Amino acid sequence: MSDKNMDMLFNSGVLTGEREGAILPPRELWEKKKGGVVIIECPQRIPCNPCHTSCPTGAILPFEDINNTPKVNWEKCTGCTLCVSACPGLACFVIDLTFSEENALYKLPYEMLPLPVKGQKVQCLDREGKSVGEGTVENVTQPRKDRTHVVHVSAPKSLVTIFRSIRVVK
Amino acid sequence: MKKIAPEILVIGGGAAGLSAAAEAASAGAKVLVVESDLRLGGQLIKQTHKFFGSKDEYAGTRGYKIADILLNEIDSFKDSVSILQNTTVTGYYTEDDTFTAMRGEEEVFQIKPQKTIVATGAQERLIPFPNNDLPGVYGAGAVQTLMNVYGVLPGKRVLMVGAGNIGLIVSYQLMQAGVEVAAIVEAGPRIGGYWVHAAKIRRMGVPILLRHSIKKALGEDVITGAVITGLNEKFEQVGPEEEIECDLICIAVGLSPTTELLSQAGCKMMYVPQLCGNVAQRDRTMRTSNPAFYTAGDASGIEEASAAMVEGRIAGLSAAAALGYPTEHGKIDEYWSRLESLRMGEAGARICQGIECVLVKGWEGASHE
Amino acid sequence: MDEKVGPGGKGSKLALIEEHPILDFVHGEKVRFFFDGKELEGFEGEPISMALHANGVRIYRETAEMHRPRGFFCAIGKCSSCFMIVDGVPNVRTCITPLKAGMKVETQHGKGNVPDLNDGRPRS
Repeated sequence: MSDKNMDMLFNSGVLTGEREGAILPPRELWEKKKGGVVIIECPQRIPCNPCHTSCPTGAILPFEDINNTPKVNWEKCTGCTLCVSACPGLACFVIDLTFSEENALYKLPYEMLPLPVKGQKVQCLDREGKSVGEGTVENVTQPRKDRTHVVHVSAPKSLVTIFRSIRVVK
Repeated sequence: MKKIAPEILVIGGGAAGLSAAAEAASAGAKVLVVESDLRLGGQLIKQTHKFFGSKDEYAGTRGYKIADILLNEIDSFKDSVSILQNTTVTGYYTEDDTFTAMRGEEEVFQIKPQKTIVATGAQERLIPFPNNDLPGVYGAGAVQTLMNVYGVLPGKRVLMVGAGNIGLIVSYQLMQAGVEVAAIVEAGPRIGGYWVHAAKIRRMGVPILLRHSIKKALGEDVITGAVITGLNEKFEQVGPEEEIECDLICIAVGLSPTTELLSQAGCKMMYVPQLCGNVAQRDRTMRTSNPAFYTAGDASGIEEASAAMVEGRIAGLSAAAALGYPTEHGKIDEYWSRLESLRMGEAGARICQGIECVLVKGWEGASHE
Repeated sequence: MDEKVGPGGKGSKLALIEEHPILDFVHGEKVRFFFDGKELEGFEGEPISMALHANGVRIYRETAEMHRPRGFFCAIGKCSSCFMIVDGVPNVRTCITPLKAGMKVETQHGKGNVPDLNDGRPRS
């Protein structure tokens, strides 16, 4: 894709490449972290900090200026998903690479209906909403009891850089 | 005709007005809030998304829950805050410093307050295209009222015009209500709203077509579709054109401050593009050139609800102080530092430019508060 | 699409959001009212225009000169698009006027005639 098209895509709300505020964790650390670590995709300076204030382990670092993009110390992250449900932009995801040999466990925010149930198959969507595979719902939680759910989906590890949303087929 | 004389009149019971009323009441003033809608909370009660900001602005809390928090605060000042809903302030007469107001369609009365805080919010803009007057072309706020306040399905399939924060947020809310979003067209080369708001609807498969606009709406007596077109860098309609089937066209192309009452009161007005229209000049206390008038929220310039709440606090505090109620020293500075931090992001830079144009150091002949 | 469905058409099921991931809707008491002579159902205390919309009614008035149909636009009482005749009174902002049982709501054609003060209609 040309740089111009990449920019156009980014300007319409699709992450293209790594940017400040949207950096993947170091692979080596990520692969051995049981419970997974947070992936944040928040590349724009906006006045917002609930990811940090909701983090119980200090993994999401304090904001010197509330408009800064978030920074993570992945060593400290336990994959608890409190930030996933707290983020107003639904920009936090947890991905656990230790789930099984082939599959990772993707913990994604979800505020739509219908709510999937454990064992259900769901479509895995990329950042443009295209179906890129199928996953199995392993758990559905509501960490802050505020109707933002976190859906835990097992799906191939090959989707780790693209799978960010689900479609529940009725 | 009945005439009431509150110490402080707050016009508008939304984010700014309720904050102003709570703040003035906490200083000891007696406040009357007049709201034209049937419900209090303004645009807050239509927001299902969680707010940005910090803890001070209820970050991470959904908008409609923030309205509940403000209403609970107002409730704790029951003895000093009275509220009239379904009541529209219809005019201000400088001859006797009196407002006229109308409750429902029948009851007309007058209000003569000592101080007035104008927190009348904003109104939706419309852009020109053939058939833009047909039923089914609705302002984004109207769509929110239908679906998020009264639980009425606004349509089955929608074309969203505008990818500012409102267009993006309302698209997401439409999906939550079970309405299909066919596409979002945005005339500019990038989304105007927060990137994360766009990302969350993009990953659900909604196209955001940059450099696109609506060419015309289709339908005989109600909307049955729309024709969209590509735009060049001069915003000329150059195609390609595409027909979209939809029964709803949602307009989210911006808001204009509602300022008629401020003009009628002789407040010095100024056209400030960064604040989206004609707004009153004000000092750091949110006082206008008319010493009895304060302004806050979208009526003083289009901005986020979080900023509107802080401005409301400043106006409420200042109006109470001007009436001689003791207020905490330095509180206004504290509120200003909150405003400044809210305005430090990308969107805030523009707001700051606008504020700079319209903010005055003090008023000639006025004692500085 | 139900745009051609007249008031009360297709049964009288209201177009309401049955289930929502975030919100719970609490409605007022269900009452009957009249739209251009036809009996419809709506919720007392909620705006007239919302009740009409839930009944599939989109057209609230017709403009004076071009005879164009108008529905609502702003829903906050500011734009004048949703003016209708309610219990004989024209130019009522139906988006912020609460529905009452038995109300007579009519499509407004043109500018509307202000009722004659001497017609014996009770004034409050």
